[in-house]
Formats: sequence, structure tokens, C-alpha cells
Amino acid sequence: MFSKDSRQLVLAHFWVAFIAFFAALLLGEWHMVIRSPLLDWIGNPELYYRSVTAHGSAMGYVFPTLVAMGFGYAIVELSLKQALVGRRWAWTGFILVMLGTVIAMVPVALGKASVLYTFYPPLIAHAAYYIGVVLVVVGSWIWVALMSVNLRAWKKAHPGEAVPLPMFANVAGAYLWAWTSVGAAVEILFLILPVALGFKSTIDAGLARVFFSWTLHAIVYFWLMPAYIAFYTLVPRAIGGRLYSDVMGRISFILFLVFSMPIGIHHLFQDPQVGAGVKFLHAVFTAMVSVPTLLTVFTITASVEIAGRLRGGTGALGWVKALPWHNPMMLAVAFSFILLGFGGAGGLINMSYQLDFAVHNTQWITGHFHLIFAGAIVIMYFAVAYDLWPHLTGRALVHGGMMKAQLWLWFVGMIILTFPWHVVGVMGMPRRMAYFDYTNPEIAPQAITVTLSAIGGLLLVISGVLFLLVLLRGHRSGIVDLPEFRFSQPVHAPGRLPAALNSYALWLALMIGLSLVNYGYPIAQLVALKQTSVPAVPIGGTP
Amino acid sequence: MNEPLFSLKNRWFTIAVAAVAAIAAIAAAIGFLWVPRAHARDAMTSLWESICSAAGAPAPYRNPGLPEDKAIYPTSVIVSSEFTGPIDNVSVGRGATLALQCSMCHGARGTASAGTNAPHLAGQPPSSTYKQLRDFKSGHRPSVVMQPLATNLSDQDMRDLAAFYSQQQRETLVGHAGIRIEVPRIVSNGSPMRNVGACATCHSPGVARVATPILDGLPAVYITDQLKAFKAGRRANDINQQMRNAAHALTDEEIDVLARYYASR
Repeated sequence: MFSKDSRQLVLAHFWVAFIAFFAALLLGEWHMVIRSPLLDWIGNPELYYRSVTAHGSAMGYVFPTLVAMGFGYAIVELSLKQALVGRRWAWTGFILVMLGTVIAMVPVALGKASVLYTFYPPLIAHAAYYIGVVLVVVGSWIWVALMSVNLRAWKKAHPGEAVPLPMFANVAGAYLWAWTSVGAAVEILFLILPVALGFKSTIDAGLARVFFSWTLHAIVYFWLMPAYIAFYTLVPRAIGGRLYSDVMGRISFILFLVFSMPIGIHHLFQDPQVGAGVKFLHAVFTAMVSVPTLLTVFTITASVEIAGRLRGGTGALGWVKALPWHNPMMLAVAFSFILLGFGGAGGLINMSYQLDFAVHNTQWITGHFHLIFAGAIVIMYFAVAYDLWPHLTGRALVHGGMMKAQLWLWFVGMIILTFPWHVVGVMGMPRRMAYFDYTNPEIAPQAITVTLSAIGGLLLVISGVLFLLVLLRGHRSGIVDLPEFRFSQPVHAPGRLPAALNSYALWLALMIGLSLVNYGYPIAQLVALKQTSVPAVPIGGTP
Repeated sequence: MNEPLFSLKNRWFTIAVAAVAAIAAIAAAIGFLWVPRAHARDAMTSLWESICSAAGAPAPYRNPGLPEDKAIYPTSVIVSSEFTGPIDNVSVGRGATLALQCSMCHGARGTASAGTNAPHLAGQPPSSTYKQLRDFKSGHRPSVVMQPLATNLSDQDMRDLAAFYSQQQRETLVGHAGIRIEVPRIVSNGSPMRNVGACATCHSPGVARVATPILDGLPAVYITDQLKAFKAGRRANDINQQMRNAAHALTDEEIDVLARYYASR
């Protein structure tokens, strides 16, 4: 079942998400072009930081949040096979996100909020920027509550039954987001907004950064959730296979819930306000979070192998050739895994305290998170959209060649964009720089890498145009009578599950407990410490 | 399905909690105990102090022998370039008179006679001698001999003494000149892997760093004593722990080589 109202709700989320994504994509390419030696320097660095703020805020807050919300609403109806409870609230949440986006973007466009999406206190933007971000988050909290309410309604109607894996993972993602967004919310409400509204003129930047790190890493796992849900519940079905293990999927999502939160201080390895022991603790748990990813890579590769063998592939590697490579979902998952592999390897370097010294705050880091988010995750967002679109519009999505070209372009473009960033990062190019003078012999050799990245970015823009074209044409093609939407079937149906694998209480308790262990002392100590505030630096005023 | 979740009978509960607690405990043991102990720069650091430092609790060095307001600083002298000012002849003359009471150990013109093991002061930068006198007087550099002698010196007295000694030429002891020891690597290159800078970057007659003594010709016993005092944290009047950090990583053999090398020059 997929009611018309819910389809409109999901489509609204997806369209706003993809429009925000495309606008931010254009800004991203502009950054690369003006930083490269291809064009003359724009003359005003403020324009660059204004644009980076818009790019990061749209890509980091608006786009993935709306995709996760829209996909979540679709999962409720498609996997639980029950009407969405609280549709009016869902629209309220959507409107709050829209409103928040506009309220935040106006000061950004006016140059009053060039603080980048990570806020960077003691930089202080116009208060409207933070209020807008808070509204986006509050809108998403409505979604979190609705996911919980809908699952509860289903459990009441189906006592003792195993929660379908898509919904189990979806709600895990919602709870993860609820808890991880608390850090940034506290930072904005208690530290930044009093300054932005003029009640205070100093800010404890160190404490604010610790609170932001609470959000900053786990937010990536919130972005990742729709992609992982697609790995487990869409990919095997789309390529004609079966999910190798339903239980493994549940364990992976549970591990994300427990481990992705209390690790954010690895973003502060070079910050002096946090002790080395605390940093080590966070590094260890950062390593632990690779476990669910490795479990997923194993399970999905096994599921894909099942598909290959069902299609007649034999031998150690013969099944790879037998896979349906014409299928966009097959391409997307293969590209996603390759990008995830490179990005993950870079991530292991970043989480190692000593190695991080070499790459911290260089272009390497930008390369890393673009590989993971813009590469591995966003390519699965495309695949999710392609897979759901006919069920959302009731019309066929026929342009298979265009979809494949789009995915190929995104994959190749992302590699051409990010690999030179890694190289130039090791050469020492700092990130967040508006301008480089390549006539300086010291950095002249870096010029070619920036040009390469700009070319990669151009491929991504073309891919983005194709993506929107495919979806737009999907609204105008012939009406089709579709079979009921199905998620992947596991090899072994889960049957009755232990309570631990069918509910969240234990894992939420561990998540909160571990967060308190890993963040309790640094936060308490910084709150108690006197004389740690520094004068705020307002944006947009006279310097 | 209806089994209680938060119960010791539920294996999911016990194993999950135990595993997470074990990872946290092992990581904390490494991060808060093992690594800080292995890296402890200052041998005076207690176990509790190293845990606090790993946790990020700011704890300035406290000299237990000094009153509270002085204890948190390694010295009461604010060192800057030229803080001792230019040398004038009146100052040198006054210093020469005052220096009569120092001649028993430091020699008539600042070169200690063999066997006293006192450092020679002739040719030392005035900022170095002045700072040490101030630190003796304030107690930042503890010494049963020097502290009572410095107590009655005024600030101007100390400046005059420093000026006088800086104008003297060190007398090379007879029979000493022939011995030449090869420059130890720690002097010329330091030990980068152990975070020890090259001694010569500061302690070299050509460098003339402010408040930094020239080590050439100092008695081997004196150098050994001072390096060991820095290493153990008994001497702590070095700003930003410069000498304590360097000396902490030195072995006894290296200290011995350094002492003989500088004494031979």
C-alpha cells in the first residue's frame, strides 16, 4: 500500500532535497573553479566563505535530512503496510524544514552568516542563520517522533512479530539522529544564540567545539542510514538476489546506534582543550564503528554473490560477470562500495591520532568526507530515488541509459574531484582557503591538482543535471500498473527474534551511557573551567 | 519475545553491556594510565597527576617549596630580549666590589678554581647571571649555599654583578687545553625521535640567547648535577620546562658524555 497523500508527502521531501542538492552542487563547482588557476581570483574572500556556508548547510543539513525523512515515511507505508499515522504532523515537520532553510539562507546570501556549516565559534553569524538551522532540526525531530509512533502502532497490531528490517533500520536511524542532534542544539541554544542575539559578547569556543563534535561525527551516520537501508533492503531485490542475512543487518544498525555517537572528539585531535586520554578513548570507539561497515560490506557482497549465482554465474569470480550490470542499482552499489572503500581507508588514517597530524585541516579531509558522503552515500540516494520513483509517480522511469550515464559520471567525477584533493592535502594545501597564488614557486606544483578537481566537479554537475532530467521525465512518461512494492527477502526469514534484536531500549541505553562516559568529563570540566571565553567575532560587520 | 530485556538472564543484555564496558575500560586504561605514564615528561608527575593530564584537567606546575603565589611560576623574572639593559662602567665597577664576596668559590675574576666544582661566571651573558641570582633569592632555584648569599642583594646589586662578570674573560685552566672530545650528536643534532633539541641551538657562544648560560668549560660535576636535577624536576626554574623536557629524555650515559664534553672546552 502507498496512499496518494503519502506519495505526495515523500515526493515533496525528495524534490526539495534534490533542488537544494543541485543548487549546492553548482556552488561547489564554482568553489573549485575560482580556486583553480583556470579563472582569475574573485577579489573578495568573503564571497567564497558565503558560498561555502551555503554549500555546507544545504548539503549537510537540508539535503540528507529531507531524504532520510521522505524515505522514512515511504518505509512506514511500504514495509509496515499500514497508513502513516500523523500525516498532518509530517507536513508540519516538512514546512518547518522549508521555513528553517529559507530563514537560514537569507542571512547567508546577504553575507551575514559566513561561518561555514560547522559554525566555528567565536565567529558569530546573524541570529537568523542559527534559528533557521534549529527549525530544520526541530522539523526533523517531528519525523523522529512519527517514526517511533508508527512503529509502536504496528507493534500493537502485530504483537510478537519481527519488525521488518527496513523499518527497524529506519527507526534506528531516527533515534540516532535524535540523540546526536542534541550536541549542536545545545551549542546553538546555550552558547551561540545568547551571543548572536546580543546578550553576551564572549563565547567559550572550546566548549562549543566539543558540543559540535558530539553532532559532527554521528551526523554522518545519519546521512549514511538511507544508503545502508538501500544496501540491505533494496539492492538484493533489485538485482534478483536475496539478502544473505537479516540478523546481520539488524546487528549492523544496532552497532551504528551504539558506537557512532561517542566518537566525535576525533574531530578535535588538534584542539588543546581536550585531554589526550579522552582523544584516545574516542579513537578506539571510532575504530569500533568500522565493524558495522565491514559487516555490511560482507553481507551485501554475499547477497550480490547469491544474485550472480542465481543468474548462472559459476566459479570463484564467474558470478561477478553474471551480475546485471545494466541495472542502475547494480552499478550504484558497486560504485558506492568502491568509493566507500577509498573513503574508509582514508578515514582509518584520520582516526589515528598520530597520522591525523599530517592531514588535519588539509584538503585531504575535504577529499575524505566527499568520498564518503558525496560519493558512497549520495550515489545510493540516487539509486533510492530511481527505485522509488515509479511507485511515487505511478509512471514508468524509462531512461535506463541516462541513469547509467548519470551514475557513471558521478562515480568518475567524484574520483577525479577527490583523489587530487588527497594528493594535494598530503602536499600540505590547507582546506577552507579562498585563494591560492600559484605564481608562488612553493605552491605552483599544486595548481594542476586543483584544475583536475575542477574538471571532476564539472562532471558532477553534468551528472546532477542528468539526475534531475531523469526524475522530471519520470513525471511525464506513461502511466504504468506496478506490482506491489517489495523489499528484499532474506535467505532465511527471521521468524521470531530475541527481544534485543526487535527493540531499541537496550541499545539506546548503551548509546546514552557510552556518550556520558566519553563526553561527560570533557564537557563537565570545560563548563567548570573559569576564564575560557573569548571575544565573539561577528560576521558582516566592520572587521 | 516476552523475555525481559534488562535482566542478567538475558544473554544479549549481559554480553552487550560487558563487551561495551570492556572496550571502554581497556581503552581508558591505555589512554589514561599506560600511555601517559610512558610519556610522562616530568619524573615528579604522580600517577594521579598523569591521569588528570590525560583527562585534560589544566594543572600548572607547582613548586611545593614556595608560597602559593610564587609556586605556579618557574621563575619570578620576566625574560625578554635586552631586559638587563646596556652595560655601563659604573655598574661594572660596583659589580667588581660586590664580587669580592663571591671569589671564594667563583674565583677572583669569575673563573672558579679547580676542585670547587662551582660554575665559572666570567663571560656569561648578564641576563643569565642576573636571572639565576633572582631565582636564588626568590627560592625558585633552591640552593642552601646561594640562597642565603643572594637574600641581601638588591635588584641593582644583581644587575651590577651580572654586568661585571659578563665583562671578564674566562681563564682556561692549565693542562686542560689539550683534551678535545668529538662533538656529541646530541649537542649538534639533538635526538628528534625523543623530542630533544640540539644543545647547541641555545648553548653556544655564537648564539647569545637571552638568559642562557654558555656551558663551555663548566665543571663536569656541576653539569651532571644540574642535568640530573632538571631530569628529576628538583630544579624547575626553566621557563616553559625547556630544560626539564630536554633532560628528561637523556640517559645517564648521555649526561656523562655531555658533562665531559662541555668541561673539556
